[in-house]
Amino acid sequence: MKIVIVDYKAGNVQSVLFALERLGAQATVSSNAEEIKSADKVIFPGVGEASSAMRALKANNLDTLLPTLTQPFLGVCLGMQLLCQHSEEGDTEMLNIIPVPVRKFDAAIKVPHMGWNNLHHLKSGLFAGIKEDEYAYFVHSFYAPVTEHTIAQSSYPEPFSAALQYKNFYAVQFHTEKSGPAGAHILQNFLNL
Amino acid sequence: MLTKRIIPCLDIKNGRTVKGVRFEDIRDAGDPVELAALYAKQGADELVFLDITATNEKRKTLVELVREVARYIDIPFTVGGGISAVEDVEVLLQNGADKVSVNSSAIHRPELITELASRFGSQCVTVAIDTKSTPEGWKVFSKAGTMDTGLWAMDWAKEVVERGAGEILLTSMSNDGTKNGFALDITGEISRNVIVPVIASGGAGNAQHFLDVFEAGADAALAASIFHFQEVPLPGLKQFLAENKIDIRI
Repeated sequence: MKIVIVDYKAGNVQSVLFALERLGAQATVSSNAEEIKSADKVIFPGVGEASSAMRALKANNLDTLLPTLTQPFLGVCLGMQLLCQHSEEGDTEMLNIIPVPVRKFDAAIKVPHMGWNNLHHLKSGLFAGIKEDEYAYFVHSFYAPVTEHTIAQSSYPEPFSAALQYKNFYAVQFHTEKSGPAGAHILQNFLNL
Repeated sequence: MLTKRIIPCLDIKNGRTVKGVRFEDIRDAGDPVELAALYAKQGADELVFLDITATNEKRKTLVELVREVARYIDIPFTVGGGISAVEDVEVLLQNGADKVSVNSSAIHRPELITELASRFGSQCVTVAIDTKSTPEGWKVFSKAGTMDTGLWAMDWAKEVVERGAGEILLTSMSNDGTKNGFALDITGEISRNVIVPVIASGGAGNAQHFLDVFEAGADAALAASIFHFQEVPLPGLKQFLAENKIDIRI
């Protein structure tokens, strides 16, 4: 199986590589269109700020490539938000692959939402074998609301999308690579899709 | 619910843990990776590695350590100790660290906080604040607690957040090492007055102290020796907190 991690200099790529290594899987890190298109699985990590990440994607022509992909695709953290429509972070037009907006958390609560929180209302094969209310590690200041495309929810304190799915595009707000054995299980489920 | 975090801190010198860690169930207590793996297994929510190496080899050994920790440990970790430049942070994050903590370098040059936040995002910038209770109130000290910076802890906490810190690691030098409990008043006051999470540090001696500081408003609590010497084992601590209605990951 060929796994490609999308490289646009805005990701915690090494942590994802190590998480795959712990599962006995190897991946290539690339921003090359042919390399990404030929992958069986594509992983799209991301940390940092939305508008600069979008600029980096555009600089590598990844903004036009990624929406055309048809293999199982996993966005992680900012990688999830970049798949959405529009973000309130820097008033940024995102890749618009999943028709969901990205909003800022209410000013009355602490941001970033940082730490371990429960996953609930789990759907899809991505969460096969994961028990309801399992913990995952989150660090983010913006969120996608719950919509028909939500396949897992978390609450801070209002429910938000902990994971999204639209066609072959899967996305998780939490860090699978830093969420202990449960995170590893979810990453393995993605590889099994 | 977002849970309160328990964070063991490992002091690192030349790539090895210091403070004579006593563990029967690990082969090499000086190996930070093996100790970190044990803490992760026992339910630590995050880890902090504080590098106290003073040699020129510091940066190289620290990067090697970060890489090994990221390879084997599947929970988040923060690296601190002598970080003063964007380039230092870049190499640590590239090798798998999730957050860095800056302390004296941010007091010396507060713009560093903004530079790090705009480059890497606030979520990976923890500002460590060492504070001492004085007759006038809680003040910020630097150089391992020896130098009064003239800053008030509350003011500095607000400023680092405005400059882009995503988290505050608040250590009370007045409580550190006493095992008489965390500094509840200043921890609670700062936690209520900033929008970012606050990690309480300094003074933990038993499980009740963790309960007290969470009830005072801390988002996370850090300790070192009581975990290293198994005076307060992690699984029992988390069980105790859960039984006392603290949201905790079991």
